[in-house]
Amino acid sequence: MFTPHTQKDVEVMLKSIGIEKIEDLFTEIPEKFRYPKLNLAPRLTEMEAAMELESIASANGSTKDLLSFLGAGAYDHYIPAIIDNILQRGEWYTSYTPYQPEISQGTLQAIFEFQSLICQLTGMDVCNASHYDGATAAAEAMILADSHFRGKRNKFLVSRAVNPQYRAVMRTYFQTHDDVHILGDEPETGIETDLQKLIDQIDNDTALVLVQYPDFFGRIVDYKPLIDAAHAHGTLVAVATNPTALGILTPPGELGADIVIGEGQPLGIPLSFGGPYLGYFAVTNDLLRKIAGRLVGETQDVDGNLAYVLTLTAREQHIRRGKATSNICSNQGLMTLAATIYMTVLGKEGFKEVSNLCYQKAHFAAEQVGQVEGFTLAFPETPFFHEFVVKSEKPVADVLEWLRDHDILGGYDLGQDYPELKGHLMIAVTEKISREDIEYLVAVLEEEYHD
Amino acid sequence: MTEPTIFEMSSPGRRAIKMPAVDVPEVPLPKGFERQNLAFPEISELGVVRHFTRLSQLNYSIDTGFYPLGSCTMKYNPKINEATARIPGFGHTHPLQPEDTVQGNLYLMYHLQKMLAEIGGFAGATLQPAAGAQGELVGALMIKKYHQDRGDFQRLRMLIPDSAHGTNPATSAMVGFEIVPLPTDPRGNVDLEALKSLVDDRLAGLMLTNPNTLGLFDENVEEVIKIVHQAGGLVYGDGANMNAILGVAQPGKIGFDVLHYNIHKTFSTPHGGGGPGSGPVVVAERLLDYLPDPVVDIIEEGDEENPPLYGFVTPSKTIGRIKSFHGHFGLLVRAYTYISMLGAEGLRDIAEKAVLNANYLQEKLKGTYTLPYDRSCMHEFVLEGFWEDVPEIHALDIAKRLIDYGLHPPTNYFPLIVKEALMIEPTETESIETLDRFAEVMLKIAEEARTQPELLKNAPHHAPIKRADELKAAKDLVLCCYPMGLGQD
Amino acid sequence: MKYPQDLKYQKTDEWVKIVDGVAIIGITDYAQDALSDVVYVEFEIDPDDEVSFGDSIGTIESVKAAAEVHFPVSGTVLEVNEDIVDAPETLNKSPYEDGWLVKVQVTDESELDDLMDAEAYEAYCKDR
Repeated sequence: MFTPHTQKDVEVMLKSIGIEKIEDLFTEIPEKFRYPKLNLAPRLTEMEAAMELESIASANGSTKDLLSFLGAGAYDHYIPAIIDNILQRGEWYTSYTPYQPEISQGTLQAIFEFQSLICQLTGMDVCNASHYDGATAAAEAMILADSHFRGKRNKFLVSRAVNPQYRAVMRTYFQTHDDVHILGDEPETGIETDLQKLIDQIDNDTALVLVQYPDFFGRIVDYKPLIDAAHAHGTLVAVATNPTALGILTPPGELGADIVIGEGQPLGIPLSFGGPYLGYFAVTNDLLRKIAGRLVGETQDVDGNLAYVLTLTAREQHIRRGKATSNICSNQGLMTLAATIYMTVLGKEGFKEVSNLCYQKAHFAAEQVGQVEGFTLAFPETPFFHEFVVKSEKPVADVLEWLRDHDILGGYDLGQDYPELKGHLMIAVTEKISREDIEYLVAVLEEEYHD
Repeated sequence: MTEPTIFEMSSPGRRAIKMPAVDVPEVPLPKGFERQNLAFPEISELGVVRHFTRLSQLNYSIDTGFYPLGSCTMKYNPKINEATARIPGFGHTHPLQPEDTVQGNLYLMYHLQKMLAEIGGFAGATLQPAAGAQGELVGALMIKKYHQDRGDFQRLRMLIPDSAHGTNPATSAMVGFEIVPLPTDPRGNVDLEALKSLVDDRLAGLMLTNPNTLGLFDENVEEVIKIVHQAGGLVYGDGANMNAILGVAQPGKIGFDVLHYNIHKTFSTPHGGGGPGSGPVVVAERLLDYLPDPVVDIIEEGDEENPPLYGFVTPSKTIGRIKSFHGHFGLLVRAYTYISMLGAEGLRDIAEKAVLNANYLQEKLKGTYTLPYDRSCMHEFVLEGFWEDVPEIHALDIAKRLIDYGLHPPTNYFPLIVKEALMIEPTETESIETLDRFAEVMLKIAEEARTQPELLKNAPHHAPIKRADELKAAKDLVLCCYPMGLGQD
Repeated sequence: MKYPQDLKYQKTDEWVKIVDGVAIIGITDYAQDALSDVVYVEFEIDPDDEVSFGDSIGTIESVKAAAEVHFPVSGTVLEVNEDIVDAPETLNKSPYEDGWLVKVQVTDESELDDLMDAEAYEAYCKDR
């Protein structure tokens, strides 16, 4: 139904090529493999497909009908209507990679603005046109550090308080590098915010230290001593950062981070069961040449008019091939546009408002939940942003089930990733959660304990 | 035609979206961490709308015109896909929700895994890779682990044809394989004699694109795979060109061990100005256990009353997690929708029409442009954008002149083995009228090359900008606009 | 196209000249012309590194291409031309003089006997 050919069209074309029938075009395929019978369901019309997909979706519960306190790397923020409205323009989403700058100035300028906004947000000098997500951006930070030291430094330190998925992806990417050692997040290191254990491991063989801000548990930690200690050994520091938090918190660039990466999903991108999301990657000028992925730069055309182009493309796989530092080809394209519009339409004041709302509501929720019998705040003295951890006397699975019966997605069971945190639940609060929602959560928890 | 940047449009105090007031008692921000300044733009909502609408109007897109980009499969992006991807029950699900609350999503993923495996003739699939390049990484990691598990630590040589996409060697290098280039013979096939001389017990495998980047189906593909398998290697299929053989051939049945799809090429999900892509990987039986963590499977069989219970499982010898969460779910919904609407006969129709369109164009252009591999092509073909009698004209000039006629240029300078390459892939969604017009324009440009070459050299003349100075962009690096008042550079 | 007589050449377009046991290495006029405007030079070696014939010196990037450069001799790296990192266009303007890449303390001068002289290299270039 998407092919426009009429019977007549096909006849004209066959004649022009000089063959009898379409099947004659596939004679190079050995006969025994040609025209297999595919075991697929019979085709559907658009209407039938629409109905089937609706039916499949109806088997889901979602954040539309469930009150959600789930975070742990993906956050339910309000997405202004303007974003999808603009994204649905065919000129944006059906256009190709801007390899021909003369007819893709829209895409190129939007990416340039994205790069600028992220640099502003993170306090860094240069940002690329995006990676797939925060986890792969973390892996790319390792790749950059490995290449920066030309393989002469083999130690990569990563805090245990970094998102477990990031650490898993980093290990997947480097599993074939026998000389590379990822250390620092062993269970014995614990999850205290005192970074001394990590600092003590930095030496002249350390290529990179990677930490998260706020960390996976929502906590705000001062990384300046760590960054200074790292730099004293010539080690690079990468900080995985939640972009919403940077509306009100000091950006890592100002603390001296060499690389700032993160998950850009909170910037106007739907939860969408985990993807497509947006990895952002920003560095200091010193590391500019080592950055992977696409970069948009400003230039002029032959008439002297301002123009944008993909630049420093000789770093990339289509030119460097086997010597490219990364194999990345596509970026997250449309997602960077969504993030750019989000940051622009909220603007300076709106972005800070969102950030502050998350912070304030989370603190209210923490204070309230911490007072419910059977629940204690795990890190009462530590500053946090919009996510916090509570220790539960009853098994977390039971608590979550109870909450589910009341149409609440209670949060993230940390015991599944951290054995030492069995019995701990992590609760995230965004600007979408109202005071009444928080009071409802508390009421249900109180009821639960008295059950 | 310059659109100011968002920073240039900014005016202090201007607001677009406002958020509600704080409805809880406020507490102070953490001491020592208070951000001092956030120099984001301050623009009205109408200003934002006009800015991004006007920017969009500077873009060429499939919805406006023809994109004969070889190797990209710029087919029509069905609007129904956009509708189904936006069904709230899909879009509002958090990736960490308990599995029993997302049975719809898991059902879709399970069945899409099955569909993709079936289409390629394979045993299983992962939907996690974020793009074709990531799919390649998954394939390379699985192959390496497979050999290591069998004690074949010396198997580190990966054969890669000289016509391969740059991601192939880049991926192999990332995984620590030694890249061994494989020449192409004059017919455009893998050079069999060279292949035979290069295989031994150090062979990890072969990365093969079939049809290849010349748009040609390897006439000896069975033999090629046999040679590699007999030497103990595995065959990785770069499935970027699957559009040519959907429903017509199954790589898995021909002998490929692993293959990645580019959902944003073959299965119609939009290119989005550069992404997001999605690169599911399908595998033969012997690699099933190595798939990335997690895949979707049936946890509990259903019966007459209850549907099966779906869930995530970790393959027993998994290479590990390749990205956060489960993959580009939003694109998987689109692909599922698309495949459901096509069925087996629709898929075959795609391949037939794609290959018909390409051969039709090839026939029209091959007299005027040199066709280095003069045989029936698949879904794309490569011409030389160069004539001996007008040596100052290059493929780049032809490409830029096409823009003046409202057409997007074909892929330039790839594959590397054809000089001044112009790779043309019309796709199946283009009509004969569009193809005729394209051919007409290409012939006209060939004429202009001889009679008015400056029209090509100075092209484009009718585009939002003229030819951009890429040297200046690389030398005088400006990668960021600094907001006024921040005092940078 | 220049092919100075006092230099030795490789098919991979590096030139080398020995002065008092020290080899000076760079890329040829043919190479810089093929690359077109050089925008970046990335060295993969440091002074004091032990290197062998064929090891990688680094990569030279132009707008549309990247070329690897390899050692035509073995020895110890003495000096790397950091100046061209800030002024990469020097490689185009003066490939045989200011555009030198690296200086090496050679272990075995006879390695140069296997390299091409100016005439042979010029003939090779004409046939390409």
